[in-house]
Amino acid sequence: MALIRGNELVADEFAHVADGAEIPAHGPVLVGLEQWQAGRETLLARGAPVGIRLRSDQSPELVASDLPRLALVALEFPKFRDGRAYSYARILRERYGYKGEIRAVGDVLMEQLLFMVRTGFDAFEIESDDPLGQFRTAIGDFTVWYQPTADGRKTAVQLRHPRSRRPSSS
Amino acid sequence: MYRYDEFDHKLVAERVAQFRRQVSRRLLGELTEDQFRPLRLMNGLYLQLHAYMLRVNVPYGTLASKQMRKFAHVARTYDRGFGHFTTRQNIQYNWIKLEQTADILAALAEVEVTAIQSSGNCVRNITSDQYAGRARDEIADPRMYCELLRQYSFLHPEFSYLPRKFKIAVTGSPNDRAAVAVHDIGMRMHLSDVGEPGFEVLVGGGLGRTPYIAHTIRKWVAPEHILSYVEAILRVYNIHGRRDNIHKARIKIIVNQMGIDKYRALVDEEWERIKDGPLEIPQEEIDRIHAYFAPPPYEQLEDAAASLDELRSRDSSFDRWMKSNVVAHKVRGYAIVNLSLKAPGKPPGDISADVMDAVADLADRYSFGEIRVSHRQNLVLVDVRQNDLHALWKELQALELATPNIGTITDIICCPGLDYCGLANARSIPVAQDIARHFIDIDEAADIGQFTINISGCMNACGHHHVGHIGILGVDKRGKEFFQLTLGGSSDQNASLGERLGPGLPQHEVPTAIAAIVAAYKELRADGERFLDTYRRVGIEPFKEAVYGPEAKKAVA
Amino acid sequence: MAQMIIANRLHDGAVVFLTAREDWVRSIKDGLILEAEQERWLATAKTHEASCRVIDPILIDVVVGENGPRPTSIREQIRAFGPTV
Repeated sequence: MALIRGNELVADEFAHVADGAEIPAHGPVLVGLEQWQAGRETLLARGAPVGIRLRSDQSPELVASDLPRLALVALEFPKFRDGRAYSYARILRERYGYKGEIRAVGDVLMEQLLFMVRTGFDAFEIESDDPLGQFRTAIGDFTVWYQPTADGRKTAVQLRHPRSRRPSSS
Repeated sequence: MYRYDEFDHKLVAERVAQFRRQVSRRLLGELTEDQFRPLRLMNGLYLQLHAYMLRVNVPYGTLASKQMRKFAHVARTYDRGFGHFTTRQNIQYNWIKLEQTADILAALAEVEVTAIQSSGNCVRNITSDQYAGRARDEIADPRMYCELLRQYSFLHPEFSYLPRKFKIAVTGSPNDRAAVAVHDIGMRMHLSDVGEPGFEVLVGGGLGRTPYIAHTIRKWVAPEHILSYVEAILRVYNIHGRRDNIHKARIKIIVNQMGIDKYRALVDEEWERIKDGPLEIPQEEIDRIHAYFAPPPYEQLEDAAASLDELRSRDSSFDRWMKSNVVAHKVRGYAIVNLSLKAPGKPPGDISADVMDAVADLADRYSFGEIRVSHRQNLVLVDVRQNDLHALWKELQALELATPNIGTITDIICCPGLDYCGLANARSIPVAQDIARHFIDIDEAADIGQFTINISGCMNACGHHHVGHIGILGVDKRGKEFFQLTLGGSSDQNASLGERLGPGLPQHEVPTAIAAIVAAYKELRADGERFLDTYRRVGIEPFKEAVYGPEAKKAVA
Repeated sequence: MAQMIIANRLHDGAVVFLTAREDWVRSIKDGLILEAEQERWLATAKTHEASCRVIDPILIDVVVGENGPRPTSIREQIRAFGPTV
């Protein structure tokens, strides 16, 4: 399983702690929502970055007030067709201004990577023979955007009317 | 009509290249069918009974003659010489090869046509009134807003993996010819208290296994806010829509489960957060798109009713055609002309490549090069000079496009059915042909009056059977094709869902049943009552009696 | 009941029938008619799905007459012989 962050292959420093499993004494950890809610102060007291993993039926609204203390939010795609995490990523970036890592985990496939980037994901757990090659190909598929998101890309409407007084997304 | 700029061209070209790559990955086995299916559906490609079927968008039903010529080229080069216009203002080709699809999309892109999102769990083709911009009863042309919605929805990164498909229809007229009440989002143009045009937004309509009439979610939205409002509706749907059961995944299910008030509250909460952000449409963009829908260079003409009356009195065929197929235009001296794709014996909505080319020529010569597609599977030339009507009629007759049946009992909506479609339970086209043959007498059909028969080959209701005055649904009973009738459906501003008449009938009994219903209607109707009005007044019992009662004649007429 | 294996070819969507030589043909008359070992042949067909030759191979019931095999269901007849309109 490869991890891409930004535009590079990186090692994953986070220990993935399964629900109910023991939390390691040191180091960054990625826990599920229930584990976070059961022991957030303990987790934070460890002094290492904490990440939270949300299933596709767990909206980030559930952890809105915790976000300043979370280094990582991993959003799960149980099946690539389950598109809820696209909305969750936008809510994290655009409603809550979340600046930490948003990681796509689960059924993360090449052909959906660009939509993930556009909605605010900046890290991707990919199972593939050539994850970086596929990632770079996928994000090069388009250079025109019709919809404003928090990714800072100028939309066609914005480019058509550069002197318009409407607020832009960036 | 809208013309692509550099951004539109680029996006479409990039999409074609992406799909070409996706097809290649599929053929090499890098993508499984399960992984590939949503990708090809989002490019309009189905796998059907015989081959792949490609569904191509006609955005809000507006087509340029060069686009129609390209449709003919695709039909000849990549298919078997014909196409089929659908109830969502699309065209479908039934004999497509996967390996050629990217080439077809590239050819279509040359004339600014796409198949983007004509299928898939995303926002589909935005449909509208086929008379938009021309009808006398219209508040304003809604198509510029349809174009804004089209661009907004194309390759939307957040909403390409919705729980299920999402269909939006827009009407600019209070006389709803776009069936907005049975769409996931329907938009009806209204004037605000101070006379500004805006939209009433409806949500949660739909046909299929569990049909619903849409609820009004907001009485009036200003035009510059329609994108942000739609975004709020879609975001709530994407998050809350059911994903556990494909038959319970449409927005209509969640809206009716939660109740419209709760759904509205969630949408309004989200909308408050986003409405003043970058989705507010700048006036410059509204103006830019508005300019594309400026009226054509009409001549200053007198009303030609007198000379037309003279022609009509001399030729009863012309008179009949004028009555049924020609509609008043808002500009003096012009008319709206319906081209019937319902010639008796032909599959409804089908058109050959040669006739497509001929229609393109007629559009260039008679109607400023523009053609409209109606959700009732007919074509329209919306800017014909009254003085040209007789000459046009003669040309249409030669092409078998002049059947004087628009809005009558042989103007049947019919899905492709089991002859083509992998989802179907029964064949729908032979049923439509049988009914059309039975009512082939034009004078009788005219006497029957306004009548919609809608036929679907399965519960997915692509034939809109729920909203036909008579709806016919094909079902499979122990391996045999049976047809259930419903009465009293309507897709206009007084929308209603049809009521089931009785047990399914075998195919050969359907025309007789229709004839019995028509006979009962004629007996019961008050002056000026359409069938729908009579049904709403007397209820279903007399018609049940006529079809299933002891006196019902079972012999084929 | 005699059976055959039908599928759609991946690259062009054409309806095809499995033959005794384990290839796929357009004409039902040239397809393999199975009176036994249906599951074994279906398993073979499914490997062809995995290797991207066909999609969704299934067993269908047929009746063998003087004009060759004919599927018993209307749907499969339409697939074998084309639209009825």
